[in-house]
Amino acid sequence: MSEPIVQVRNLTKRFGSFTAVDGVSFEIRKGEILGLLGPNGAGKTTTIQMLLGLITPTDGDITMFGLPFDRHREEILGRVNFSSTYVSMPQALTVEENLWVVARLYGLDRIASRIDDVVKRFEMEEFRAKVTRKLSSGQMTRLSLAKAFLTEPQVLFLDEPTASLDPDIADKTRSLIKEIRRTAGLTVLYTSHNMREMEEMSDRIIFLQRGRIVAEGTAEVIKARYGETDLEEVFLKLARDPSPGASRP
Amino acid sequence: MKLHRITALLYRHLCLYKRSFPRLLEIIYWPFVDLVIWGFITLYLQQFKEALPNFVLFFLGALILWDVLFRAQQGITISFLEEIWSRNLMNLFASPLTPGEFLAATMALSVGKVLTVSCVTVLAAFAFYSFNVFVIGLSLIPFVLNLIVAGWCVGVLTTGLIMRYGQEVEVLAWGLVFLFQPISCVFYPMSVLPGWLQAIAQMNPAAHVFEGMRAVITTGVFPTSELVWAVGLNAMYLAALVFWFHLMFAACKEKGLLVRVGE
Repeated sequence: MSEPIVQVRNLTKRFGSFTAVDGVSFEIRKGEILGLLGPNGAGKTTTIQMLLGLITPTDGDITMFGLPFDRHREEILGRVNFSSTYVSMPQALTVEENLWVVARLYGLDRIASRIDDVVKRFEMEEFRAKVTRKLSSGQMTRLSLAKAFLTEPQVLFLDEPTASLDPDIADKTRSLIKEIRRTAGLTVLYTSHNMREMEEMSDRIIFLQRGRIVAEGTAEVIKARYGETDLEEVFLKLARDPSPGASRP
Repeated sequence: MKLHRITALLYRHLCLYKRSFPRLLEIIYWPFVDLVIWGFITLYLQQFKEALPNFVLFFLGALILWDVLFRAQQGITISFLEEIWSRNLMNLFASPLTPGEFLAATMALSVGKVLTVSCVTVLAAFAFYSFNVFVIGLSLIPFVLNLIVAGWCVGVLTTGLIMRYGQEVEVLAWGLVFLFQPISCVFYPMSVLPGWLQAIAQMNPAAHVFEGMRAVITTGVFPTSELVWAVGLNAMYLAALVFWFHLMFAACKEKGLLVRVGE
């Protein structure tokens, strides 16, 4: 079995009396795609934001590439990237200018050819010179994905990456992620509300509810454990469970 | 500190100004209007030049130099606001960019703004009033440098407050610097202030710069002590404020504000 690239131990985030993430522990191995599932407010985005160093955990440890995050932030973030449907990019810059800024931020070489490559991969040729504010939401999502792939990260955090894409581009994006995982050993943490996509993409799934892990395993294992044939049914069962911390069967 | 990250941010803002006429206008329009209004007031008051020699030098020089401080502050604060307005803070701070590099980039950008604004005001002053600010001489250089640093101090303070308290206090980006104007003694000597306010003004590096400028104009002697005070206070404030900014940045990450500012 390959070595863990991301290790999270007892990760906790409290905002005053509200606990957003409550003692979460997991590992992601090299080349693994881990799905993070849960209803709105379950703590998925807060977990990703802590893994990106945007929020400081109240408790717990994050280790990536064997390095503690708090002491090796710059080194780790240089090898990591993210894409989120909910994060924008400078609106007054063109698609290409935005990618240039990202490339420089990460200190990339061969910037022009890397941009050409990523523009081609996400079929952005026709709007690469367009100002970002004029993009459709689907084009904006493609730009966000292109930004994430441009830096050739070893770990990628994807927060609902295909939410506003048409089925064709969404399928191509999933294929691209799987291809890079296969060829370069890309490690991915993936969130989505599309259960079919979650099953297709994830090697393992963690189900979060009220900041806690309430189910963990492959999609098949989780479905079997809850006596369901569909991951969506498991989602509804867990999300509607009123008990704090939810139930393990 | 990595130069490529600083130049990345500079490139990002240059692209912004390249394509935004209103933003260019902000750099050129207001300083120009200020200068024209104050210029005509100065011409009017020049009728009383027997009572107050070097009137034009005092006022127009002060106006041009105050704009140096103001634009240096704006260069930092507006750059941060641009990131909030475009909801780009997450992209920046989820990259290896450090808060120190962010500040360094905005400081470099503010120097660019100051140079642009100064060119506009110096040329306009010459064209409209035949006023040459360089008659103050080489002593202008250390004064201008100190005003840029004083502007950075106010800029870092304002940016830290906006980061911590969100867009509700966005108005500080344009207003806070004017809180320091009365005690910067831009258009009048420190001696006209009441005693207790003079004591406060003594702690303001900009006040020493403007006192120094007036001393050069009236006596022709370079006021070393004013410059030493300005440099010392600026160094102390800038170091303290950069340290404070890092503390605010850490506090914002602790409270989860960095990902929410601008929402």
